[in-house]
Amino acid sequence: MKKLLEVKDLSISFDTYGAEVQAVRNISFHLDEKETLAIVGESGSGKSVTAQSLMRLVPMPPGKFVGGSIIFDGEDITQKSEKQMESIRGKDISMIFQDPMTSLNPTMTVGKQIAEGLIKHQNLSKKAAHDRGVELLKLVGIPNPEARIKQYPHQYSGGMRQRAMIAIALACNPKILIADEPTTALDVTIQAQILDLMRELQDKTGTAIILITHDLGVVANAASRVAVMYGGKIVETGTVDEIFYNPKHPYTWGLLGSMPKLDAEGEELQAIPGSPPDLADPPKGCPFVTRCPYAMKVCEQHMPDYKELSSTQKTACWLLDERAPDVEPPESAIVGGTEVHG
Amino acid sequence: MARYLLKRIGFILISLFFIISITFILMKAAPGGPFASERKLPPAIEQQMNEAYGLNDPIYKQYADYLINAVKFDFGPSFKYTGQEVTDIISRSLPYSLILGLEAIFLALSIGVLLGVIAALNHNKFGDYIAMVIAVLGISVPSFIMATILQYIFAIKLQALPVARFESFAHTILPAVALATTPLAFIARLMRSSMLEVLHADYIKTAKSKGLNDRVVTYRHALRNAIMPVVSYLGPLVVGILTGSFIIEKIFGIPGLGNEFVVSVTNRDYTVIMGTTVFFSVLLLVSILVVDLIYGFIDPRIKLSGKGSK
Repeated sequence: MKKLLEVKDLSISFDTYGAEVQAVRNISFHLDEKETLAIVGESGSGKSVTAQSLMRLVPMPPGKFVGGSIIFDGEDITQKSEKQMESIRGKDISMIFQDPMTSLNPTMTVGKQIAEGLIKHQNLSKKAAHDRGVELLKLVGIPNPEARIKQYPHQYSGGMRQRAMIAIALACNPKILIADEPTTALDVTIQAQILDLMRELQDKTGTAIILITHDLGVVANAASRVAVMYGGKIVETGTVDEIFYNPKHPYTWGLLGSMPKLDAEGEELQAIPGSPPDLADPPKGCPFVTRCPYAMKVCEQHMPDYKELSSTQKTACWLLDERAPDVEPPESAIVGGTEVHG
Repeated sequence: MARYLLKRIGFILISLFFIISITFILMKAAPGGPFASERKLPPAIEQQMNEAYGLNDPIYKQYADYLINAVKFDFGPSFKYTGQEVTDIISRSLPYSLILGLEAIFLALSIGVLLGVIAALNHNKFGDYIAMVIAVLGISVPSFIMATILQYIFAIKLQALPVARFESFAHTILPAVALATTPLAFIARLMRSSMLEVLHADYIKTAKSKGLNDRVVTYRHALRNAIMPVVSYLGPLVVGILTGSFIIEKIFGIPGLGNEFVVSVTNRDYTVIMGTTVFFSVLLLVSILVVDLIYGFIDPRIKLSGKGSK
C-alpha cells in the first residue's frame, strides 16, 4: 500500500522560561492510504503535539521543530511557508478536536463554519457551500439538516457538535483526518456512535485517519495499526492484533493491564505506578525506566534500538536484546476472549 | 422579545422610583436651601419665596408634588436662574456635552479596541509593550492633568488648536481627547485580555485547521467573541461621557450639562437637581438595556426572554 505520510526522526521542543521541554523526541512513523493509525499514550506523552505538528498547528514560538521531517505528497511539511500550509489545512489534512463543546465558534452558525473551508478551498459560492453543508450534515447523521445548518453550536448536543466538527473536517474530502481524542469528552454511548460514524465515513471517502487516544477500547474498535507513545517517543508500533495479543514493551503491558475487563470480578484496576518523566530533563536511556518493573542497568544509560519483530511490529526495549533475561508479560496484560478487530 | 422588553421597562420604572426618592431624601437632608446665601434675606421675603415655591408645605406633600412632576417630566422653573425652565437648561447645555461625548466615545472605542487587538496579537512583544504603556498612562493620568497637558502642547506651544471654548470642530478636539483617554486605556486593557483568552480557545484552532489565514481568523472568529466585555462596559461609559464631565467642561470653558449638574447641587437648586438626576438616570437605564440587547445580538447564546432565569 502507498505511504501517504511519513514522519522521520521528528523532534519538537517548547521553549519555556526555565528550560526546553522536549515534547516529541525522534519519532518516526508512517500512514498508509485509507488506514487508521492510532497513537496511544497517557497525558504528556507527546501524542497531541505530534498530531498538531502534522498540520503545523503547534504554536511556534514557543514550540519549534528541532529536527526531522514530515513528508506528505513528496514534500516536507516542516519546510513549508505559512501560506503554503493554509492551502493544505482543511483541504488535504484536517482535524477534529477533543472537546466539541469548545471547538466550534459560539457566535457563528454551524452552516457558516462548514462553508468557510469550502469557500476557501473549492471556490464555491455561498449558496453552493450552504447546499454542500446540508449534504454534509446529512452525511454525518444530523436529522433535519436544512434547519440545523442555520443554528448555533449551543443549540446542538455534545454528540451532534462532534458530528458537526466531523462535517467541517471532511468538507473538502481531505486525504488525512487527524482525530485528537475525538470521543474523550463524550458519553460512552455517543462515543460508540461517533466511532461508528468515523469508520463508516472512512469507508465512503477513503480518508486515512490518525486517531489520537488514550483509550485502548477506542483503539480496538477503530484502528488498524497502533503506535504507543511514552515520554515523547514511540516505544512500540504494530498492527492492532500484534499490540493486543503479542505486546512486547512493558509499557504496552502496563496499558493493557490497566484496561478494565468485563470478566475481572472484584479485581482492583491495575495502574502503572509512578508518573511520566519530566520532558524538560528527559532521561538518558529509556523513558519508562523509572516505572518499569523489569528495568535493568542498561535501560538507565542507553535508549534501546527498535527491534523488528515482524514486518509491522517494532519495539524499543532492552528486554528483546539477546543478552536480556526472558520475561513473560504479566497476566493482566493478556487479552483474551473477545476478538479484537481493526 | 416583546415580553422581555416590557419586563425590562418595568424594572427601569422601579429603579427610577428609587433613584428619585433617594435623591429627594438626600436633597432635603442636606443643610441649606436655594435661598440661603451670604447676604441674609429679610425673613418676610424668604418666607414668601419659600411659600411661592412650595417649600413650606409639609414634607410628604413636597414629595408627592415632586413625584408627580417627575412623572410628567415637568420640573418647573429653576430656583436660581429666574425665568428659566429646567428643561431649557438641559436642552441648552446637552448638545455641547453630547457632541463632545460622541467624539470621545468614538475615539475611545476605535483606538481602544485597536490597541487591545494589536497588543494581544503581539503578546509579549514590542507592540504589546507599547500598547500597554499607553494604556497604563491613560488610566493613571487624571483627565484634568491630561487636559492641561494637551492645552499646553497643542494650544499654547504649537498653536495648532484653540485652547478653550466651543465654537467649531477644532474646538472639540482637545476636550474630546482628554475625555477619551481614560476609557480608551480601559477598553484597550479589556480588549487585550479578552482577546488573549479567545485566541487560545479551541475554536480558533479549528478555524486555523480549516486553512483560514491569520487575518480572517482574527477578524471573523476572534474579534466578535472577544469584544463582549467591552460591550458590557459600554453602557455606563456612554452615559458617563454623554452627560458631560464637570472637570473637562470647566477646564475648556464649555457650557455643558456636566457643569449644570454640579452647580445645581451646590446651589441647592432643587428643581435642576431633580431634572438632571432624572435625565441622567433615564439615560443610564436605557443605555444598559440597549447594551443588553446588543449583547444578545452579538452572542446567540444569550437568550433574551421574558421568563425568570435563562
